[in-house]
Amino acid sequence: MFKHFTKLQWQSFFRSSSLGKTLGVKILMGFFAIYMLASLAMGGAGIFFMLQKVFPDIDPLVSVNRFLVYWILAELFLRYFMQKLPVMDIKPFLSLPIKKSSLTHYVLARSTVSFYNLLSVFFFVPFCIVLLTKGYPALNVSLWFLSIVAITLSINYINFIINKNDKALILVGALLLGCYALDRFDIYPITEHIGNLFYTLYENPVWLILTVLFVGCTYYINYNYLRNRIFLDTTLKKKTKQVVASDMKWTRRLGHIAPFLQLDLKLIWRNKRTKTQVFLSLAMILYGLVFYTMDDFGSTSPMLVFVGIFMTGIFLMNFGQFIPAWDSEYYSMMMSQNIPLRNYLESKAGLIYVSIVVMFLLSVPYVYFGWEALAINFSCALYNLGVNVPIILFFGSMNKKRIDLGKSAVANMQGVSAVQFLVGIPLFGIPMILFTVLNYWVSFQVAIITLSALGVVGFALRNNLLDMITRLYRNKKYRMIAGFKEKNS
Amino acid sequence: MISVQNLTKNYSGQIVLNLESLEIPKGQSFGLVGNNGAGKTTFFSLLLDLIQPTTGHIISNEIRVDQSEAWKTFTSSFIDESFLIGYLTAEEYFYFVGELRGQNKADVDALLSTYEDFFHGEILGQKKYLRDLSKGNQKKAGIVASFIGNPEIVILDEPFANLDPTTQIRLKGIIKDLAAQQGVTVLVSSHDLIHVTEVCERIVVLNKGEIVKDIETSTKTLKELEEFFSGSTSTIA
Repeated sequence: MFKHFTKLQWQSFFRSSSLGKTLGVKILMGFFAIYMLASLAMGGAGIFFMLQKVFPDIDPLVSVNRFLVYWILAELFLRYFMQKLPVMDIKPFLSLPIKKSSLTHYVLARSTVSFYNLLSVFFFVPFCIVLLTKGYPALNVSLWFLSIVAITLSINYINFIINKNDKALILVGALLLGCYALDRFDIYPITEHIGNLFYTLYENPVWLILTVLFVGCTYYINYNYLRNRIFLDTTLKKKTKQVVASDMKWTRRLGHIAPFLQLDLKLIWRNKRTKTQVFLSLAMILYGLVFYTMDDFGSTSPMLVFVGIFMTGIFLMNFGQFIPAWDSEYYSMMMSQNIPLRNYLESKAGLIYVSIVVMFLLSVPYVYFGWEALAINFSCALYNLGVNVPIILFFGSMNKKRIDLGKSAVANMQGVSAVQFLVGIPLFGIPMILFTVLNYWVSFQVAIITLSALGVVGFALRNNLLDMITRLYRNKKYRMIAGFKEKNS
Repeated sequence: MISVQNLTKNYSGQIVLNLESLEIPKGQSFGLVGNNGAGKTTFFSLLLDLIQPTTGHIISNEIRVDQSEAWKTFTSSFIDESFLIGYLTAEEYFYFVGELRGQNKADVDALLSTYEDFFHGEILGQKKYLRDLSKGNQKKAGIVASFIGNPEIVILDEPFANLDPTTQIRLKGIIKDLAAQQGVTVLVSSHDLIHVTEVCERIVVLNKGEIVKDIETSTKTLKELEEFFSGSTSTIA
């Protein structure tokens, strides 16, 4: 039975539409994955020497064991958001002559080969190799490693037992913070004690049995739970939420773009991918800290223009680059309805304007790093308003890849094509070059004023620019409709 | 109302639609039947200017649909589920469409109240997004949305598929009423010969993109259609 399942798994992977993506996207995604795993492996190899340097009196293995509790809690936390038991996949098998117990085993076994389990393997294998080269006893190290794998698997199964229970999440979060607080304020050396427990796994590898038993237990609990719930109306049912509708009366005041604005707000709020992007955008306001706290740049470096454009324009880029693909699911309806394309675009632009203002206001505290910071961010916000909004809408007219709104935002490359990579060049390149040249040959003030002035001029001309862009969208209408219909892109 | 001249559509050299001429007068209930790939949806997509004709054009109410957008004000349609906005509730969707067609909430509510029968209590006040409704209920919502704003032309692609028997019967009544009482030109495609013969005054049969039959509906029509589709269609084409 498992042979069949494995074969199907293989086919579903290689025939999945995500594998049929454009080559560029594939290479990029592969690159990211390799980069992540490589940095984990490097970290695993390097941590021994790092710990040796920071805590010269303590055996690095002891320190690692102390941090293990954080690793476990953090992993639980991460998995809570990212990992889901792939139960939906067994729906087609329900009516076939396959025992429900094998289906359950299959689902659970499949979850062992998940990306999240690889993370700790990639970290701890290099670490253990370093340990071996340093002369730690091979038997102890390898059995300790097996314990770690067992613990990882337990985390894997515990996560499914938790099964998106908010209370458990709060508990994990509280434990994480609690451990840290106890340690940090020297109340109780909790990590040391837990660390000792893990160290025992190394000293006395017999305890490996305990961790393996624990995996067995968690597996069995999951199995028992699932086995009795493989029915269409229990585990396999998609959850539908009750809608809290609001008629958003306040948008009425905005006149002719009101219906579109309402639609856009609902689009953003009621779909996973767009909603995540809002939070991501808000979090990106912290991006400046990376640059402003580094002294190498000075207070008038072109890099800070990059940061300014990025922070005030993050929503502009995240949301704007996929206009009008956000509406791709129902684009043919939009095109056959009595819709003035211009109002449609105007509403999108309005939304982006608001986001730029909000992001600028959030960036005001950077004035702490000097008035230049505020000046740069302000001129960048103006530049975004006047110049980058039309640019991103212009590039949007080249979008013809569908986006399914239901999919999550994490590592979701749907809708991505070369356009998304090219658009960065004018968005960042032009203001950075302008600023660099003027700042170098004339002065900082002139550079800043020029950027702001360009923004103001662009904003004043926005009606003409929008007219031009509308014409462009009209010309590309058929290509967009056809493109948005293709599901496997 | 609608007039078609030398309309063809090719996809990489293959002709999927070839209509020399077709006139649909105002207020006619017009049925389009044909097997899969006969060109029904292609014709409707051309009518809605969703695809470009290879040659020829369609004139709707003296407006060339591929040149002006003025036809949008008096034409409405429901082709498939992709005409629905999944993250809206049914009410929100109706109001949105109403807004686009110059109808305020009260107008839309008034219209919806006449379709309460048709909805059968499964569409309004459900607190569910359209994407979470069943296929049949999605269809109901889409069909009724196409009646909002007093359109002069209503285009429905396979409206009877996925509907339960009660709703099918009610929909037939609605379509007949639209054409007979309100003078709306209704274009319907279907795979169900009984339904089209009941609803439509005129039935056109498409086969491989060409018109092979153009019938004024009478008592003999159903038999004629059944004979046509049970025999080998290729000999006639």
